[in-house]
Amino acid sequence: MQHADKAATFIQNESKTDWHNASIWRAREKRDLAAHGIPEWEQLRELASQVKDNVLSNLDQYLLQFEEAAKRNGVQVHWAATAEDHNRIVLDILQKNKLSKVVKSKSMLTEECHLNPFLEANGVEVIDTDLGERIIQLRDEPPSHIVAPAIHLKKEEIGELFHEKLGTEKGATDPNYLTEAARQHLRSAFMESQAGLTGVNFAVAETGGVVIVTNEGNSDMGVHLNKVQIHCMGIEKIIPRAQDLGIFVRLLARSAIGQAISIFTSHYHRPKAGGEMHYVIVDNGRSEHLGREDFRNGLKCIRCGACMNTCPVYRRSGGHSYGYTIPGPIGSILTPGKDLKQHSDLPFASTLCGSCSDVCPVKIDIHEQLYKWRQIIAEEGHLNRSKRWSMRLAGKILSNPKAYRRFGRLARWALRVMPSSMVYNRWNDWGKERELPTAPKQSFKEWYQENHPGS
Amino acid sequence: MSKETILSRIRANKPAARALPSIPAFDFVASDLQAAFTELAEANASRCITLTSAAELDDFIQIQFPGTKQIASTYPAFKGNIDLTTITDPSELKQVDVAIIPGQVGVAENAAIWVTEEACVHRALPVITQHLILVLSKTQLVGNLHEAYRKIQIDEFGYGVFIAGPSKTADIEQSLVIGAQGARSLTIVFID
Repeated sequence: MQHADKAATFIQNESKTDWHNASIWRAREKRDLAAHGIPEWEQLRELASQVKDNVLSNLDQYLLQFEEAAKRNGVQVHWAATAEDHNRIVLDILQKNKLSKVVKSKSMLTEECHLNPFLEANGVEVIDTDLGERIIQLRDEPPSHIVAPAIHLKKEEIGELFHEKLGTEKGATDPNYLTEAARQHLRSAFMESQAGLTGVNFAVAETGGVVIVTNEGNSDMGVHLNKVQIHCMGIEKIIPRAQDLGIFVRLLARSAIGQAISIFTSHYHRPKAGGEMHYVIVDNGRSEHLGREDFRNGLKCIRCGACMNTCPVYRRSGGHSYGYTIPGPIGSILTPGKDLKQHSDLPFASTLCGSCSDVCPVKIDIHEQLYKWRQIIAEEGHLNRSKRWSMRLAGKILSNPKAYRRFGRLARWALRVMPSSMVYNRWNDWGKERELPTAPKQSFKEWYQENHPGS
Repeated sequence: MSKETILSRIRANKPAARALPSIPAFDFVASDLQAAFTELAEANASRCITLTSAAELDDFIQIQFPGTKQIASTYPAFKGNIDLTTITDPSELKQVDVAIIPGQVGVAENAAIWVTEEACVHRALPVITQHLILVLSKTQLVGNLHEAYRKIQIDEFGYGVFIAGPSKTADIEQSLVIGAQGARSLTIVFID
């Protein structure tokens, strides 16, 4: 099903759509307040973008430097070319240590690799420990937002879920009560777990350490309570120096939810006494994306979600309508590189207003990339039939002044005299949910010639 | 195998060299660092208090956390009642009601405090305790995060963390709830 179809289903519940829209816009407003409090904000964005430019241009060297430093620190480093390699490596580590209970903190990479179903199929129990992730795991659905995975759910739905799965009181919807129930449930999961798995926000090449941010402290709980800790990272998570953290950490939480810093910014460098520490460095299409000159900037993304929060289409269509782990504007420029045909609708799930690029903390040219993907999708013949025909027709009319004038006259006349059923019907997308403007009697050109004769 | 595949693809696909920018100083302008820090800390739902000596911590704990039984302290001037050196399995720390740990650096722009593995004894202590108390001196405050990263060495110990408040979540309808998985409260104690 295409994005537009899923979005159409989503907006059928009008009050929930309005709530979703407003609730996510609040994150954007908080982001603005936080950003405006930093005089050097724009300079930080520029620096972040430049640091990432440098990283992408020297990624092989930085990865080697990172690996070398990590090994010196006693960390075991694994390389995974594909999602399957990644999943297999994680399973091997667990099986070698005879571990079958894993707690995981938020990681979009492991979602991308579909690690959970793979581990479960191999007899490993995985419990997601970020509250939002635990909620959607209990509902058996994917995240709808990269920072707030359960943002599409009302507290009544979560109350019902917790009643069924965690035994909370029926009808209870108070977020404090529900969070306390989750705390007790997750604390016992931490105690019973045998390995801690996390994603990575930043991997520091010069020190060989990884940095992970959470507000709940769940990454630290899972990692510190277990002998074996595994950190899974995409190759693009590298930053060169410890000093660069100053830039990225200042930008990340402010861009995401308007917080000055996440509650926990954890720096892991060496295994705990008697413990094991592993990094799994994953490519899974990233090195190929690096070769796409117009699109490689997408690899600068630090997964703050600001582009989603500001996107008028995301806010009114929900994360699930995108059909990919990373939804919203950033997802729409990363996914066509994964499978152009399958995701050919996503670059069209945008108004090209450019707000995503304006808020991006690493200055990715998101809306320009959306536009460029559209051209590639059209050239490679992946447009759907109605778009293909309408574009062909529009191309003919707009490139021929005489045809353009004739069509304009016809359209103005038709809008005035046609019965409304001819204008507002299922074939005219432009008449859905909106009133078309009243057609003027003459075009601007006609009016100009009449009022400025001889000019 | 995978490593060489990945690296050779990167080499084939990477863009032309781009210089690594140097990071300016970005001075933090505030007439009173402690006041700025406190304002941010309170916004993060932390509490800041000033004591003249560590002995006053006893009263503070009894009043603020009545019914406290297990106190773990790594702050040298205050003795708790749990001997952390005898604990081998960190999950035993789940009984800790209050943990007192010295912080290394406090950051005024975001009220985050750098806490090292060495200061925690057990890495899990600051997150597993029900209530966390971090001790700071005014002289350990810096303006912004750049300054903090210049002052600390992130790989000095195997683990280090900036803690900026009590554990919290907004995953249910974006309602802020304090006390998610980690400590339910954070008190920052200035002792000078």
